[in-house]
Amino acid sequence: MISGPPRREVKSRAVFTRRAVLLAAAEVTAVGLLGAKLYQVQVVDGARYANLARTNRVSTRLIAPARARLFDRQGTLIANNKLNWRVLLMAEQTQDVGATLDNIGRLLPLPDHERLRIERELRRHRRYIPVTIREYLTWEDMALLEVNAPDLPGILVDVGTTRLYPFGPTLAHVIGYVAPPNDDDVAEEPMFSLPGVRVGRAGIEKFHDATLRGKAGAVQLEVSALGRVIRELDRQEGDPGQDITMTLDTDLQEAVLARLGDESASAVVMDCRNGEVLAMATNPSFDPTLFNAGVSQAQWLEWTNNRRAPLINKAAAGLYGPGSTFKMVVALAGLDSGRLSTTDRLHCPGYLDFGNARFHCWKKGGHGELDLQGGIKHSCDVFFYQVARMTGIDPMAAMAHRFGLGVPLDIDLPGVRTGLVPTRAWRKQQGKAWNIGDTIVHGIGQGFTQVTPLALATMVSRIATGRAVQPHLTRAVGGQAQNGGRAEDWPSMGLPERELNAVRQGMWAVVNEDGGTAPLARLDLPDVTLAGKTGSTQVRRVSRDAREHGFKSEKLAWELRPHALFVAYAPFDAPRYALSVVVEHGNAGAQAAAPIARDIMFDVLTRDPVNKRDPQRVATG
Amino acid sequence: MSYVGRRLVHDDRFGLLPKLFRVSWTYVVLICALASVGYVALYAAAGGSAEPYATKHIVRFGVGLVLMLGVALVDIRFWARLSWLAYAGGVGLLVLVMRMGHVGKGAQRWLDLGGMQWQPSEFMKVALVMALASWFHRATWERAGNPLFLLPPVLAVLVPVGLILREPNLGTAVIVAVVGFSVFLGAGLRWWKVVLVVAGLGLAAPVAYNHLHDYQRQRIVTFLNPEGDPLGAGYNIMQSRIALGAGGLWGRGISPGAAGDLALLPERQTDFIFTVLAEEFGMVGGVAVLGLLLLIVLGAVAIGLRCRHQYGRLLALGIATNFFMYVFVNVAMVMGAIPVGGVPLPLISHGGSAMLMVMLGFGLLMSVHVHRDVEFVDGRDA
Repeated sequence: MISGPPRREVKSRAVFTRRAVLLAAAEVTAVGLLGAKLYQVQVVDGARYANLARTNRVSTRLIAPARARLFDRQGTLIANNKLNWRVLLMAEQTQDVGATLDNIGRLLPLPDHERLRIERELRRHRRYIPVTIREYLTWEDMALLEVNAPDLPGILVDVGTTRLYPFGPTLAHVIGYVAPPNDDDVAEEPMFSLPGVRVGRAGIEKFHDATLRGKAGAVQLEVSALGRVIRELDRQEGDPGQDITMTLDTDLQEAVLARLGDESASAVVMDCRNGEVLAMATNPSFDPTLFNAGVSQAQWLEWTNNRRAPLINKAAAGLYGPGSTFKMVVALAGLDSGRLSTTDRLHCPGYLDFGNARFHCWKKGGHGELDLQGGIKHSCDVFFYQVARMTGIDPMAAMAHRFGLGVPLDIDLPGVRTGLVPTRAWRKQQGKAWNIGDTIVHGIGQGFTQVTPLALATMVSRIATGRAVQPHLTRAVGGQAQNGGRAEDWPSMGLPERELNAVRQGMWAVVNEDGGTAPLARLDLPDVTLAGKTGSTQVRRVSRDAREHGFKSEKLAWELRPHALFVAYAPFDAPRYALSVVVEHGNAGAQAAAPIARDIMFDVLTRDPVNKRDPQRVATG
Repeated sequence: MSYVGRRLVHDDRFGLLPKLFRVSWTYVVLICALASVGYVALYAAAGGSAEPYATKHIVRFGVGLVLMLGVALVDIRFWARLSWLAYAGGVGLLVLVMRMGHVGKGAQRWLDLGGMQWQPSEFMKVALVMALASWFHRATWERAGNPLFLLPPVLAVLVPVGLILREPNLGTAVIVAVVGFSVFLGAGLRWWKVVLVVAGLGLAAPVAYNHLHDYQRQRIVTFLNPEGDPLGAGYNIMQSRIALGAGGLWGRGISPGAAGDLALLPERQTDFIFTVLAEEFGMVGGVAVLGLLLLIVLGAVAIGLRCRHQYGRLLALGIATNFFMYVFVNVAMVMGAIPVGGVPLPLISHGGSAMLMVMLGFGLLMSVHVHRDVEFVDGRDA
């Protein structure tokens, strides 16, 4: 007998049939709706759109959101926008661009090169993108244009914004600046074709460019033949950029700059517990608003020919030999290698002979017997020559890299230079062999090693806290706190506290014990002491002959004098702030940089920017 | 069951010639008609010239037709066995595109293979339908109601949807989810669950949307429409509507040279090809094309209804839904009804990889039809 399919099969087929028919019905309905919509678009509204098509009276206007603002950690506005009245030309609204430009030329001076630029931009953009004719109009200019409007078809007077930096040169190197976009920018992001839109070219403005800029919106307008708006057909809102709160303290930055005075110098102040950069000051500076409209040739030459290089953010892009500030890292490398202990005593007769070469200590008669703390306290060169020799260059470099020297820092700032702490492999790449003599001079921070003040401040922070903090400048984006604001966000360096303490004690002795190299850095505060280390780094090799015949670096020409360095942290027993100071061609760290570091640290501690109540938070409860 | 009945109804190994007779040639004619419409549209889009789109289109279609018939003649049980392999391959390609894909117009979704750019998500849609059909093939009405039984296929939908979301391409992710959902529906997902899913999404979406900031909403719009040039998205739709309006009831005929209203229409050979048709042949032409597309959708559903095994039924339904979603999303988009971009009109838009995937789907559909009466042996096939 013939049996039918099983019952379960019948059931699922019946269900499928019902469901499939239902789905098909839904699909028929949906296509029916599309047909109805087509009827509306093509027949009901069709006539109106067909008319628009004939006269091409739909105009698309793009709206760029205002660039978002920057605040410092106390809520002070440090980058803002101000109104900028400008006159624009919309090609699609005039029959004869040339005639319109001629008419404008009679009202406002329009030099030939400007006119060429306008014509070039008109060719480059779609016809509905307005092209800027003149910016920064005065009231008189505007009145003149408005009165003559009937003769100027296609002309639009409107208000845009321009970047304003209330603190100008004070924060210029960190904030950076914005400038008119070039062709490459326009190709990458259509929003740049809008008049008045600026692109971040340096500093935070560059790093957070997309965030600050937001996204352009668009409005579709129906316009009459004369360009008058009849109605808005469609609107796409833009995406406003997000305000950014930085870690900087503007008051502190100003104070630091004031203390640097006329020196060609830079200083970095960090919260050593979390890496927040509180001040990054470079002297001399420049006025960032000058880039807004485009910098003049003369101004550019003045900046680039200045031997004190005002455009360069020396704190982050200036490379200097670390000099004796490197000795802490050498000490830690020695301890880590197991060849040196915190109690080992080494002898300094004033020199170290190695092969045919004699390496001198800075102190002619020598320091005698010293332990690690004493070596740092007196900044004894021979002590560290010996530590370097027993440790070797690669372990020293590895330790330096761990402390942020000679490796890229994970900082939210463009243009930061990495510097160098050499290894044997690096030297080999250059086709040269590494000499033990090289190792010895690297023990006191001379040789190939080059670091930035920012890296030095990072190093001190890591020594002070034992955590691998990274320097950073962004605190919050769009009100959203960024990671890295708490000490716990940063991993431990994994170094024994006993070894770190030996180095810290040495740094404390440098400043606070009699016979230390930097008594000038001693703080005039009760209960609070500072730990630090001097450094000076030769720009020119000094021969032994010169040294023995009363060589005085003060007598050298400015460009040939050694750089003066100082690194410090405080309070010693509960480290909170770390700083580095580099005075270019300041001769000796102890004389030129230490007093500056002391005063800055005094200022930082009395202001205590980290614990200051945030006025914004006060305002919002 | 008698021997005769078995032979007549369940002959598992019939020859090539009987198979060719079982192909639904009516359906093949419909598909060819659609491709011809594509030829005309691309001819018009090039301003009354077979170059550079129309000739290529027809050549590609020829290749696609051979592929389709080839797939159709292979036993559906063979394809059924490959279902999960195809699914794994699709997911693999999606992962690959995320790792090394070409970032085009703001979203990472293209893969360069053999000189052509492929969107793995196109393949994923077909593979997902295969996998789901395979899963539900043996499911009784009772099992299809079991939440534990439903869990694996739900995951099978969510994995590719999640990967496509990360490209990011919300539009395609939604289409994939809808296609997958249609197979669940055909497999007998209980109505109360259907209502629950639809109502849940319907309620959650506006609530979530209302709690967003302006810029986050803008981001969703951008997310929905990653291809949209931020300055040009609205512009495209506007030009499309102007062209549609200019077409009117009867259309303006094919105009020589890329002049007139179509000159301003961007991407007229790909996303906005329907606008070209409706401008040249008016609303009458547009409705006729919609009718043809609908016939193809309904034909696919009919093939499903005719099939005697659940795998074939579900596969046909999924492929029908997939094709329908292409059509609906594309046509709604060119009329500015929904803000999604980057979905072509199948067999009409210019573009090779999408066409081959659509023809692959039709091949499987036709294989279902050719093998509509075969019997799956428990535990071995599907």
